[in-house]
Amino acid sequence: MTFVQVALYAMIGGGALLALIRLARGPSLLDRVVATDTLLVIIAAGLAVHAALTQDPTVVPVLVVVALLAFVGSVSVARYVGGMLLRSGTGDGRDLGLPVAAEDREAGS
Amino acid sequence: MTGLSDVIAFACLLAGAALCLTAGLGLVRFPDVLSRMHAGTKPQVLGVLLVMVGGAIRLDGWANVWMLLLVAAFQLLTAPVSAHMISRVAYRRRHVRRDLLLVDEYGGPGRQDTRYHGDEPGDAPPEDPGPHPG
Repeated sequence: MTFVQVALYAMIGGGALLALIRLARGPSLLDRVVATDTLLVIIAAGLAVHAALTQDPTVVPVLVVVALLAFVGSVSVARYVGGMLLRSGTGDGRDLGLPVAAEDREAGS
Repeated sequence: MTGLSDVIAFACLLAGAALCLTAGLGLVRFPDVLSRMHAGTKPQVLGVLLVMVGGAIRLDGWANVWMLLLVAAFQLLTAPVSAHMISRVAYRRRHVRRDLLLVDEYGGPGRQDTRYHGDEPGDAPPEDPGPHPG
């Protein structure tokens, strides 16, 4: 049973760590939004796994909050980027500080 | 009874945790926003459902089961909405590698949606807005 516990925490921790790497490296704001969404879902899964392993239902209401927070965060940031695009003169947000689009970079990254 | 239900619960938990690890790998490895979102939504629906089923088997009492079911229903309802908004802004922001697309129904010569006519900020202008009025 301890091997199962170690495997569960290692897989969830590894997934969260890789999502954090994409959150730090992600070239555009939308990459970071996707990484944050995935990270919050992985955190919710980790809390549920912790509750299931210890058979302690204390953190179960926190899951509802985390699930709703991921949705509200990603939707609000997507609308914010859309508003920046509306306000930019060049049409792609470069003049307002958004990074270079993925199409314009080299195809290696 | 407890042995069999524990085995089923741990199998569900292990599958959900494996999907979480897969999402992290896909987020790091994949090239653009749409494919990263494709990888990232694996634990959002199936992984969370599996983990919730495992947790509902392990935890006692109907209150926990209903609350885990509520979380799963929220995920099923909200994942398509946020994915739709992010992917639309990503396409208009040209964060999609169009050389990797097989089908591009939104672009092309005869597309209808070349002018911004929405009334919400998430409806971003297209990448070629034409001459600016004023």
